[in-house]
Amino acid sequence: MSMIEFRNVQKYYGDFHALKDINLEIDKGETVVLIGPSGSGKSTLARTVNGLETIQDGQLIVNGHNIGEKSTNLNLIRKDVGMVFQHFNLYANKDVLENVMLAPRIVLKLNEDENKKRAMALLDQVGLADKAHNMPSQISGGQAQRVAIARSLAMKPRCMLFDEPTSALDPEMIDDVLNVIKYVTSQGDMTSLIVTHEMGFAQEVANRVIFMDQGQILEDEATDKFYNHPTNERARQFLSKIIKH
Amino acid sequence: MINLLTNNWNEFISGFGWTLLSSVLALFFSLIIGSLFAILEVVPNKFVRIIGNIYVEVFRNIPLLVITMFFYLVIPLYVVKINGFTAGTIGLTIYTSAFIAETVRAGINSVDIGQMEAARSQGMTFWQAMRYIVLPQAFKYVIPPLGNQFVNLVKNSSVLAFVAGFDLMYQGNAIASQTFDTINTYIIVGLFYLIITLPISYYMQHLEKKLA
Repeated sequence: MSMIEFRNVQKYYGDFHALKDINLEIDKGETVVLIGPSGSGKSTLARTVNGLETIQDGQLIVNGHNIGEKSTNLNLIRKDVGMVFQHFNLYANKDVLENVMLAPRIVLKLNEDENKKRAMALLDQVGLADKAHNMPSQISGGQAQRVAIARSLAMKPRCMLFDEPTSALDPEMIDDVLNVIKYVTSQGDMTSLIVTHEMGFAQEVANRVIFMDQGQILEDEATDKFYNHPTNERARQFLSKIIKH
Repeated sequence: MINLLTNNWNEFISGFGWTLLSSVLALFFSLIIGSLFAILEVVPNKFVRIIGNIYVEVFRNIPLLVITMFFYLVIPLYVVKINGFTAGTIGLTIYTSAFIAETVRAGINSVDIGQMEAARSQGMTFWQAMRYIVLPQAFKYVIPPLGNQFVNLVKNSSVLAFVAGFDLMYQGNAIASQTFDTINTYIIVGLFYLIITLPISYYMQHLEKKLA
């Protein structure tokens, strides 16, 4: 069963063709990593999955709903699709605990006791229960990103989108965040799409690696095969450059 | 000056009362209407945005006196009888709401777009994201300029004098023409305006410090 399915998807920004004829199927429970140079359309692709970016042509089916259709209620899809952003985007006017509790309260209508118990358990899981009453401005980037992951998980999503989750972090903070993501993706039925430049991490968690350049998918392979024998010339170049460092 | 004040105490106080009432009503409603149009100017729907934009541009760019005269002279003719106080307060509300809309819209735009995206990505509606996340942050940014608008509003309420609104300015004009003591009369009128505007200024400064 596929969780996310792109069929001939086209995306334009004005005249700029950002996603060119994307065909992609991601099964339930799969962890797929999306790599490629900047401006290749990886983030754009991830952001179409929960409708933050609209598509101009083709079909995009997420969790059984057709994203492209006007009648589709995007809020219903977004309840099941969590997203973690490069710049965390914690709610600046709410403390850490409220960041986790807000959406379950007003979207899922979860009762307050249950909500709080779950939020504290999630904060504990990401190692930040003691920061529950801090404001986002009072915690580090790595901590903020872990709170952001807890916030997404509080909605009990079936699918998670990670949009360069460690790109804005100090090198020392990256490991803690990657460990949390690793744990999330290892949950049996969680489907994950991860945009990242962390090649070692990608190799460790991904079932499949997708390589994009200039709005196209150039390579879509099982992880081992991709790392050992990338078939596409451009992917080979990219890989050799990144792994040298 | 003391004699002038005590001899005309009732007139001054009644004028002060109407000015205060008009200001409070206009402040309350212009804040609500202004915020509403600020949001209309940023909704995803283009048609709604245009409506918001037209409202703001029209009422921001017509003199307050013209808007007030319109409500005082035209509305009673075709729609419903209203007195000078009501017409003046409506004019003041609408005029000020256009400026408040611009102020609040600037505040909304200064909130990082990622805040709205995060809220929407969690399944919140546009209005929920506005209410819980974006507006509370936007209002923090706009407290200083909003304070200016409130002070302007109180001063602009003197437009009521032109439509027989019985406000402070109206009473001042009446007292000045009876006593011929124009200078002292308008000094007293000015002091009464300060009684309303200074606390607003101070309160806004206090709020700004508290929330910063």
